[in-house]
Amino acid sequence: MLQVFDLDLIDHAVAMSRQKSLLPEIASGEDDALLLCEHPPTITFGRKFKDVNLFVSRGDLIGQGFVLFEVDRGGDVTLHAPGQLVLYPLINLKRQDIGLREYLQKLEKVAVDLLGDFDIVAEGDDGNRGVWIGRRKIASIGIGVSRWVTYHGMGLNIRTDLSLFSRIRPCGLDVKMTSLKAELGCDVNMADIKSRVIIHFQKVFGY
Amino acid sequence: MIKIIVPDLGDGIEKVEVAAWHAAVGVFVEKDADLVELVTDKASFNVPAPVGGILKRILFAVGQEAPVGSVLGEID
Repeated sequence: MLQVFDLDLIDHAVAMSRQKSLLPEIASGEDDALLLCEHPPTITFGRKFKDVNLFVSRGDLIGQGFVLFEVDRGGDVTLHAPGQLVLYPLINLKRQDIGLREYLQKLEKVAVDLLGDFDIVAEGDDGNRGVWIGRRKIASIGIGVSRWVTYHGMGLNIRTDLSLFSRIRPCGLDVKMTSLKAELGCDVNMADIKSRVIIHFQKVFGY
Repeated sequence: MIKIIVPDLGDGIEKVEVAAWHAAVGVFVEKDADLVELVTDKASFNVPAPVGGILKRILFAVGQEAPVGSVLGEID
């Protein structure tokens, strides 16, 4: 079974703490979990971060209201902000009997299927992880695994202020970030998106 | 002596980089505790201690790449 926790707008540190506290019961219990949330403006640096991918000094970023975190996930630098729906799945890979690559592909498929609801054709990419609409990137992925349970996850831009991304080279790539709102040319309702994401997630992962 | 092996992380992943050891040689580690962190492009994977015991040897240091199936270290 999948437990879903809608945490609304919360600090990145609180979301991390919730994930870490759930990990032992996911590792030894029967259920998996999906945390959904948004973060205040936050920039996180993964294990593959390179300084060249940050265009503004850390001091200036803090002065601009960003919270900065070094995090124990794969990947380079990424940005979270209100309007970006963050999925933190805690999935027991052993119980699901899937490897890392398949897990990442399934996570991408959740976003691809959501975008399909809006007649937007998107795809994952085994070479450059994330979800893409042509050459525009709408979702970024970086995960951690402890005791075969996943944590961290995917940031999906729904109605994010895309100008914020000018401060970084997201995931170390020269890409144009996009959002569902930007693609549609009109605003969308986050509550509706969350409901759809939960349905697609359950379908893709077979709950 | 129990070997700590780089697990098969799924198709397509042949080698990983050691990002961190969570214990030093000579320290007692508990079974299933995160022992060594490996990173691929998008994932950080913590290998759990296969048994409880003293970490006796570390064969791949932080920053080194280890092929799937290789021995990262030993616990006694």
